[in-house]
Amino acid sequence: MSVLIYTDSSNGALTKNAFEAANYGGQLAKAAGTDAIAVVVGSASGLEDLGNYGISKVMHVSDASLDNFDPQKIAHIVAAAANETGADTIVFAHDYTGKSVAPRLSAKLDAGLVTGAIALPNGNVVKKAVFSGKAFAEIEITTAIKIISVLPNSLDKVETGGSAEVVAFSVEIPTTGITVKEIKKESTELSLTEADVVVSAGRGLKGPENWGMIEELAKELGAATACSRPVADIGWRPHHEHVGQTGIAIRPNLYIATGISGAIQHLAGVNGSKVIVVINTDSEAPFFKAADYGIVGDAFEIIPKMIEAIKKLKA
Amino acid sequence: MKILVCISKAPDTTAKIAFTDGDTKFDEGGVQFIVNPYDEWYALVRGLELKEANGGTVTVLNVGGADSDPIIRKALAIGADDAVRIDAETIDALYVAKQIANYAKEQGYDMILAGKETIDYNGSQVAGMIAELMDAPYVSLASKLDMNGNTATIEREIEGGVEVIEVNTPFVLSAAKGMSEARIPNMRGIMAARSKPLTVVPASEASTSTAIKGFTLPPAKSGCKFVDTAEELVELLHNEAKAI
Ligand SMILES: Cc1cc2nc3c(=O)[nH]c(=O)nc-3n(C[C@H](O)[C@H](O)[C@H](O)COP(=O)(O)OP(=O)(O)OC[C@H]3O[C@@H](n4cnc5c(N)ncnc54)[C@H](O)[C@@H]3O)c2cc1C
Repeated sequence: MSVLIYTDSSNGALTKNAFEAANYGGQLAKAAGTDAIAVVVGSASGLEDLGNYGISKVMHVSDASLDNFDPQKIAHIVAAAANETGADTIVFAHDYTGKSVAPRLSAKLDAGLVTGAIALPNGNVVKKAVFSGKAFAEIEITTAIKIISVLPNSLDKVETGGSAEVVAFSVEIPTTGITVKEIKKESTELSLTEADVVVSAGRGLKGPENWGMIEELAKELGAATACSRPVADIGWRPHHEHVGQTGIAIRPNLYIATGISGAIQHLAGVNGSKVIVVINTDSEAPFFKAADYGIVGDAFEIIPKMIEAIKKLKA
Repeated sequence: MKILVCISKAPDTTAKIAFTDGDTKFDEGGVQFIVNPYDEWYALVRGLELKEANGGTVTVLNVGGADSDPIIRKALAIGADDAVRIDAETIDALYVAKQIANYAKEQGYDMILAGKETIDYNGSQVAGMIAELMDAPYVSLASKLDMNGNTATIEREIEGGVEVIEVNTPFVLSAAKGMSEARIPNMRGIMAARSKPLTVVPASEASTSTAIKGFTLPPAKSGCKFVDTAEELVELLHNEAKAI
């Protein structure tokens, strides 16, 4: 019995979501009185840092061929690690990597999977958001091995101090049918699902040429930028910024929405945010009903003033 | 090219979300059902485009009861050639994936396409599970898919970027935004859909792995605090909400 956590890496370092998964698995193992063991693939360093989140041991498969992301290989390796450690719970982050690997592993081990957990399990029952954030479900995993992927930004971090022991794990890596041709990294942009603060704008901004102030506000706050669906559909902003029921679901600490009416499909993807700020000229805009703070006013006046006020605050 | 598109039945995006049976079941009363948007807009439409360019067939598959037939007819109206409904209850994702894999194993599809997740349970699970059960490559969250003979060139979203990969048929793929533009069925399509074949196959034996214990609704927001100026807002976000 132990908890096994897949911790992902990118460009040779653990990702923010890797620490989120470690934090979840570490707390879970502590509550169950068992060990939390992480598994890492590819050339990554700084793995002992996982010890700060309750991980006692890191199993590292350092083969450089694993630097090219291949979910089939990772599922195989995690299954081998689960077998080796006798893990009865396996944890992933519910990010792009987790979405590719966890379902494969679930079918491979015939183990029940709950994706997007927002809290530690209560026994075998895991809570997650359903209906795109409009409700929550409590789902029981009824198989001997349980797989849980945790939604980023869901659980407060508990730092335990300490350093994890890193051991080499050797496992035969299967050949698969996928060849990676090219990786286009957006190294300068903060990933939307990882961001603590998100600045978002909609059709109220009137045209793509007006996004300069949104980007500047985001830069001042160390935030990622997002947009409503029509804004992505008409090409004012890239598709990967589209949040909502049919875009990306996010739950940052702070979500600032400007010139977005707050349609039910938009709210569905953002209403898990801890603090919501709405700036809209229309006092009847439905978004205000979901907001914590609101200003009824013109984004073109308010955003520049916010940027100024934040600069002053930081000075 | 033999293409299978998995479609799921989902409540309309404006549907009222409520529960019955002691908050253990979704209340379907008065709810309009649609083809899950990702399945329809991206997986189905891209499948049709590939068929139009390269020849072949597009079959849509749904796991569900007879109440799925209207959304299956909608997919046929958009342009699928025929449909299969596996007459099984959608108990959990792995159970559904087993139903699909058990059926598809015998059929020799070149590719199996699905949407990246459903808008009800938001699992993002079934397609990856089918791939594992069929021992096929799985390409998740693909935003672009082009075919050249048996080789697919695919762009998929990964952490902080996009990966371009190549994979040979057969493969399983989950489709995300960017794949294609939604299509609205026309009158001819709707008429034709009525006579296209819809084969109902019985459920296969499979175990289940999860069970829903109950649902809750999110707590209502305590109300919006309206402020007049940007300065005041920044001050509150800093000192009261401690969010910046
Ligand atoms: C099946 C389906 C799925 C959908 N999925 C999504 C989704 O995932 N995400 C999503 O966002 N939408 C989604 N939609 C669309 C959704 O219904 C709305 O149409 C959309 O969110 C509206 O975008 P908007 O708020 O930017 O634009 P609008 O509704 O046009 O609102 C613009 C707002 O800007 C305000 N405004 C105007 N000028 C100013 C100014 N100078 N300063 C401040 N405010 C100003 C206006 O008062 C208005 O409230 C979906 C729709 C359907 C049918």
